[in-house]
Amino acid sequence: MLKRTALFTTHQKLGGKLIEFGGWEMPVQYTSITDEHLAVRNAAGIFDISHMGEVTVSGAASTAFLNHVLTNDIRKLTPGLGQYTLMCNERGGVIDDLYAYCLSEGVYLLIINASRIEPDVAWLRARAAEFPKRDELRLTDASHNYAAVAVQGPRVKEFIADCIPGDSISAMRVARVTDLKKNEIGGFKCGHGSVLVSRTGYTGEDGFEIVGSDEAIIHIWEIILAKGQPFGIKPCGLGARDTLRTEVCYPLYGHELDESTTPIEAGVGFFVALDKGDFVGRAALAEQKANGVKKKCVAFKMTEKSAPPRPHYPIWAGGANVGEVVSGTQSPSLNNGIGMGYVPTEFAKAGTAIEIEIRGKRCAAVTVPKPIYKKS
Amino acid sequence: MSNVPSDLKYAKSHEWVRVAGDVATVGISDHAQHELTDIVFVELPSVGRKVKAGEACAVVESVKTASDIYSPVSGEITEVNKAAADDPALVNREPFAGGWFFKIKLSAPAELNSLLTPEAYQAQIGG
Repeated sequence: MLKRTALFTTHQKLGGKLIEFGGWEMPVQYTSITDEHLAVRNAAGIFDISHMGEVTVSGAASTAFLNHVLTNDIRKLTPGLGQYTLMCNERGGVIDDLYAYCLSEGVYLLIINASRIEPDVAWLRARAAEFPKRDELRLTDASHNYAAVAVQGPRVKEFIADCIPGDSISAMRVARVTDLKKNEIGGFKCGHGSVLVSRTGYTGEDGFEIVGSDEAIIHIWEIILAKGQPFGIKPCGLGARDTLRTEVCYPLYGHELDESTTPIEAGVGFFVALDKGDFVGRAALAEQKANGVKKKCVAFKMTEKSAPPRPHYPIWAGGANVGEVVSGTQSPSLNNGIGMGYVPTEFAKAGTAIEIEIRGKRCAAVTVPKPIYKKS
Repeated sequence: MSNVPSDLKYAKSHEWVRVAGDVATVGISDHAQHELTDIVFVELPSVGRKVKAGEACAVVESVKTASDIYSPVSGEITEVNKAAADDPALVNREPFAGGWFFKIKLSAPAELNSLLTPEAYQAQIGG
């Protein structure tokens, strides 16, 4: 039985085409992936991201514990700040990639992938059970208590303060929601309840992500669609979410990341703080940072007219099948086939000619610097 | 609501057939193009290829997925629509006109009788 978010009937009313994603029944599109994608690049879009998981970690040992299980340095977070980070196994393989927010001294909110809620929570509980100061640690899977939306696009800042008026009441203290800077999070009153708002997203555009109760999120969805209408807002599905994040080369768990792939190989080594002291996976990751990796996640563009590249298509270079596409699509912004895939390091340099095998036919492509799409 | 022209025959897999003499023109229905949306690539069979009814012989790709197109009838491919390959969005804009896929010389015209009438196809797509 697929799970449904608080916005399920809203999606039905809006004519969303529903598909299975990570155990959830979610809208893949409402009208057209291309139209929704371009709305986010040029104006604004709103996404239901209620399927994402939320875990809270608190207690006197919370900071030390999170620094032990996550790759980025959590001590850099003061109340109201968030960071992208990863959770690895001992081999450096990725359990999940996530956002960690510090809500107040020693109180953290982790936003994790929908498909990874169960393995993440099991992993965190197992690591907590063997943590020396486990008695000073509280770990709660709050995924069932929260719904969430992402509001993304260059025009969002023009109307979001009308949707979430007033100053913040917790975490980062700001006079208005648009005063939040990138990666900052604040609590705001919303209707009869409150919501957490962060200036983050998964599209490469400016925007906000809003977490709250089912009632608060249903309420805020309606308000944002109404107030955003003069600015060209569109409800957007997972299809556009995927093409948007692929253009800017943000990894998606199960594609660029899995338990046998490290953040260094995936190209997100920037979020591995080797200098912070020991943490789970550090030895393996330090070895890779020092000695290099055998495979790398590269971005590529098709250079001949072809069908769009798709996940699992073979990658050829130097006359041999050297790897596999992990994400691929027709880029609505560039009107060109694009993707990411893993190749041996010798073929990873930007500008390397490669081929993508599409239904038995090898089509010319070239590796390019990340992100594939940059705002002009 | 999808357009279902009354002068065509339809396959359950959403292709349409327009017959003129012993040659049939094949394309995909308005309902199919609407379900696919954002068509970005069309791969056509080679002229001269012999296909059987129900055989996958073309591919249409939208942003999100690739779908096989099945020939509703048996015969030999006599012509393909290069305009649709050059401008795949034509299939979205004109599924029953400029967005046709291929023409096929019928080898078993009796197969046409087993295709869906416009009314039956309309009922299938919940018309």
